[in-house]
Amino acid sequence: MEFGLSEEQGLLRESVDRFLDDHADLDRVRKYADDPHDRGDDIWSGLAELGVPAVLVPETHGGIGLTALDAAVVAESLGAHAAPAPYLSTAVLAVAALRLAGDEAQQGAYLPRIADGSLRIGAAVSELSGARQGAAVEARDDGTLHGKALFVLDPDADAFLVADGTRRFHLVQADAGGVETTLLPQVDRTRRIAELALSGAPSEPLRGSGDPDVALQVIDLGRVIVAADTLGAAQEMLDQAVAYAKQREQFNRVIASFQAVKHLCAEMAAEIEPARALLWYAAHALDEVPDEARLMACHAKAHLAEVGQFVGKTATIVHGGMGFTDLLGLHYWFKRMGFNRQVLGGPERVREEAARVQGLA
Amino acid sequence: MDLSYGPQYDAFRQEVRDFIATHRDQAPRGQGIRSEPVKRWQKLLIEHGYAARTIPVEYGGHGGEPDILKARIIGEEFAAAQVPGGLGGQGVSMLVPTLLELGTEEQKREFIPPTLAGDMVWCQGYSEPGAGSDLASLRTSAVLDGDEWVINGSKIWTSTAHLADWIFCLVRTEPDAKKHQGISFLLFRMDTPGIEIRPLVDMTMASNFNEVFFTDVRVPKDQIVGQRGEGWYVANAILGHERDSLGDPNASLARVNRLVELMKTETVDGQRAIDNPAFRDRLIKIQARVTALRMNDMRILSSRINGRGDTGLARLITKLQATELRHDLEGLGIDIMGEFGLMFGKGPHLRDQGSWQNHYMYFLGLIIGGGTSQIQKNIISERGLGMPREPKAVVPAGS
Ligand SMILES: Cc1cc2nc3c(=O)[nH]c(=O)nc-3n(C[C@H](O)[C@H](O)[C@H](O)COP(=O)(O)OP(=O)(O)OC[C@H]3O[C@@H](n4cnc5c(N)ncnc54)[C@H](O)[C@@H]3O)c2cc1C
Ligand SMILES: Cc1cc2nc3c(=O)[nH]c(=O)nc-3n(C[C@H](O)[C@H](O)[C@H](O)COP(=O)(O)OP(=O)(O)OC[C@H]3O[C@@H](n4cnc5c(N)ncnc54)[C@H](O)[C@@H]3O)c2cc1C
Repeated sequence: MEFGLSEEQGLLRESVDRFLDDHADLDRVRKYADDPHDRGDDIWSGLAELGVPAVLVPETHGGIGLTALDAAVVAESLGAHAAPAPYLSTAVLAVAALRLAGDEAQQGAYLPRIADGSLRIGAAVSELSGARQGAAVEARDDGTLHGKALFVLDPDADAFLVADGTRRFHLVQADAGGVETTLLPQVDRTRRIAELALSGAPSEPLRGSGDPDVALQVIDLGRVIVAADTLGAAQEMLDQAVAYAKQREQFNRVIASFQAVKHLCAEMAAEIEPARALLWYAAHALDEVPDEARLMACHAKAHLAEVGQFVGKTATIVHGGMGFTDLLGLHYWFKRMGFNRQVLGGPERVREEAARVQGLA
Repeated sequence: MDLSYGPQYDAFRQEVRDFIATHRDQAPRGQGIRSEPVKRWQKLLIEHGYAARTIPVEYGGHGGEPDILKARIIGEEFAAAQVPGGLGGQGVSMLVPTLLELGTEEQKREFIPPTLAGDMVWCQGYSEPGAGSDLASLRTSAVLDGDEWVINGSKIWTSTAHLADWIFCLVRTEPDAKKHQGISFLLFRMDTPGIEIRPLVDMTMASNFNEVFFTDVRVPKDQIVGQRGEGWYVANAILGHERDSLGDPNASLARVNRLVELMKTETVDGQRAIDNPAFRDRLIKIQARVTALRMNDMRILSSRINGRGDTGLARLITKLQATELRHDLEGLGIDIMGEFGLMFGKGPHLRDQGSWQNHYMYFLGLIIGGGTSQIQKNIISERGLGMPREPKAVVPAGS
C-alpha cells in the first residue's frame, strides 16, 4: 500500500519545477500577459523537451503514456508557477478526446504532433458544463460546423477540439474558412480564452464520441487537472505568505510572530493538506477506481475551488498592502485560481453533478 | 499510488468479517463499563487479537506483531458492522501505551492486565482551574514525606473521575525548578482518603466530567512513572496518542451516510430535504471535506507503513480539521430537521435518539478538549510552518 506520489512522480515534478523556475518566472509571465502576440512558444517547446505535452499520449503515438496522476503532478507545477501553457486544452482535453473517441488515422495524425509540442489544439468545450447566452454548435451532415462556442481555451492554437450540442467532439483547423475567434479579455492573464464563431467550418468528427459518456470522461479528467493547478497555486501562495511574514517587520518584530498572522497561515495549511490528498486520490481514481472516478472528480474540482478562494484571499491579506499591488504580482496566482474556479463548471454546478452521480438529485 | 492492502490482508479482512458474523450476538449492547457482557466481549476480542493486539501476553494482551494495516482493517470492519470494538477510555488508549513505553516492569505487570480486562478504570488528571491550555503551569503539589507523596490541590474537567478506580495525575514536585521540569506523573487510587469528587454538568446536560479536590492525599512513593521532574515528558508521550485518536474519519463517513438517509425521509411542506438544493449543496460540500480528511488519513497511514516522514503537516492538522468538520456535519443534521432538530431528551419526534444535537455539542467539547483549535493553530504554524513561537510570558518558577 502506498498513498502518495512515487519517486518518479517526485522527479517529474522536480524537473518541471526546475524548468519553470528558470524559464517561466514572474517576469516571463508578465511579458506573456502584456503581449497578445506572445504565445509562450519558448515555454511550451521547453516543456515539450521534458515530455509535458506527451504525458497522456500513448507510447505507440510518440508519447510517454503516463497516468492521470502524473498529469496532475505536472498541472500542480504549472499552477505553482502561474505558467502560461496550452496544457489543459492540448495535452489534456484534446489528448483525452482523441484517445477515447478518435479513430486510428486521427490518433496517428494528431497525437505524435501534440506529443512533440508542434501542434496546439484549443478546446471549445465550455458548453459541456453549461451553455451561456444560447451558445451552441451544430454539426451538419456535410461535416460543417455552425454556431458559437464561448470561453474557448487557448484560441491561438493551430486547431480546435469542438463539442457540439449533442456532446460529440469534432476537430477544426484554426485557419479553415468559417472559423472566427474573438479574444475575451479576462482577469487571469496567464490564460487566453475566446469566443469561437463557426459558419460552415469544415471539420472532422471524432466518431467514438457518439457514446455520450466520452464527453463526460474528458470533462472528469479536465476537472481534476484544473483542481491540480489550483492546488499548486494555493501552495505557492501559502509559501509566499509564510516567507513574507518571516521577513516583514512591524511593531519591531516580524509579523510572523503575531498570532493573528500565524493562525491565518495555519488555516491555509489546514485546508491545503487534506485537499492535496483528495486531489491525488481523484486523479488515481480516474485510472484505477472507475466506480468512484466521476464523484471524486466533482469533489476535487468543487473543493479545490473553495480552498483556492480561501487561500487566495488569505495569502493576499498576510501581505498587507503589498499583496494588493501589481509590483509584487501575487495577484497572478489569485486570478489563476479565480479562473480555475469557474472553468469546466463552478463549484455549485459541480456539486449538483456530484449529487446526481449518487442518485441524490 | 497503490491502495490495495494486498492478498494476505484480504484474507485477514475476511477473517475479521467471519468473526463478527459468528460472534456479533455476544457483543454488549449499551451496558456500562465493568459490566459482565463488556468484560466478556473484551476477553473474546483479546483472545482473537482484535483488541490489545500487539500488547505482550504477559501484560494481558494478545501478543501479536505490530501491523498497522491489520489494526486499520479491524477498526474498519468493526465500524462498518456497527459492532463495538475493544475497550477504549483513557486507561486503555492513553495510560497503557505510556506504561509500555516508560513504566517499570512492576508497573506494567500491576496495571496493564486489569486495565485491558476492564477491571481497572482510569481517569486523566491534568487540567486545573488555572492550567488549561497552559498545562505546564499546573499547581497541584506533591511533597515527599517518608515513603509517601502528600498531594494537595485540585483538578478540573476530569472525565469519568466519578467512575474511575485510579487516576494518572500530573503534580508539581519540584517547586524550584523551571515550570516544565518541576512536574511528576503519579498513579493513585481514587478511593484514597482526602479525594473529593464533585460532578460538573456539561452542556449536553450529562455529567461526564468533574472537579477533583485533593487534601493531604497520601500515595506510595513508587507510584510514579518516570523520574521526579520528568512528568511533562511522560505526559507528552500520551498527548501524541491522544491527537491521533480524536479524529476518526471513518466515523465521520458513517455519519455522512446516515445524514443522506435522513435527508431522504425528512420533509418540509412535503418536500424531502434531499430535494432542497440549498441543503443538497451543503451536504455535498461536507461530503467532500470528509472525503478529503479520509484521504489525508490514508496518506498518513501509508507514510507510517513505509517509514516515511513526509506527512508532518498532514498529521498536525487532523485534530483541528476533524473536530471542526464533525461539529459542522452534526449541525447540518439539525438544520435539515428544522424544529425537529431541536427535540432533545426523552420526548416524541426524536430522530436517531437525539444524537444530532448530542454530537453537535459533544464535538464542540472536543474542539476544546485535548488542545483547543487555537492551540492547534499555534502548533501548525510553529512546528509545521516554522513561524516564531509565542513570546513566553515570564512566570516565576513554581508560582
Ligand atoms: C487599496 C489601498 C489604498 C491605500 N491608500 C492609502 C493612502 O491613501 N494613504 C496611505 O497613507 N496609505 C494607504 N494605504 C496603506 C494601508 O493603510 C496599509 O496597507 C495598511 O495599513 C497595512 O499596512 P502594510 O501594507 O504595511 O501591511 P503590514 O502592516 O506589513 O501588514 C502585513 C500583515 O501583517 C498583519 N499585521 C501587522 N501588524 C500586526 C499586528 N500587530 N497584529 C496582527 N497582525 C498584524 C496585517 O494585518 C497584515 O495581514 C492603502 C492601502 C491599500 C491596500
Ligand atoms: C469535553 C471535555 C473533556 C475533557 N476531559 C479532560 C480530562 O479528562 N482530563 C483533563 O485533564 N482535562 C480534560 N479536559 C480539559 C481540556 O484539556 C481543557 O479544557 C483544554 O485544554 C482547554 O483548557 P481550558 O478549558 O482551561 O481553556 P483555556 O486554556 O482557559 O482557554 C480559553 C480560550 O483561550 C484560548 N487560548 C488559551 N491559550 C491560548 C494561546 N496560547 N493562544 C491562543 N489562544 C489561547 C483557548 O483556545 C480558548 O479558546 C476536557 C475538556 C473538555 C471540553
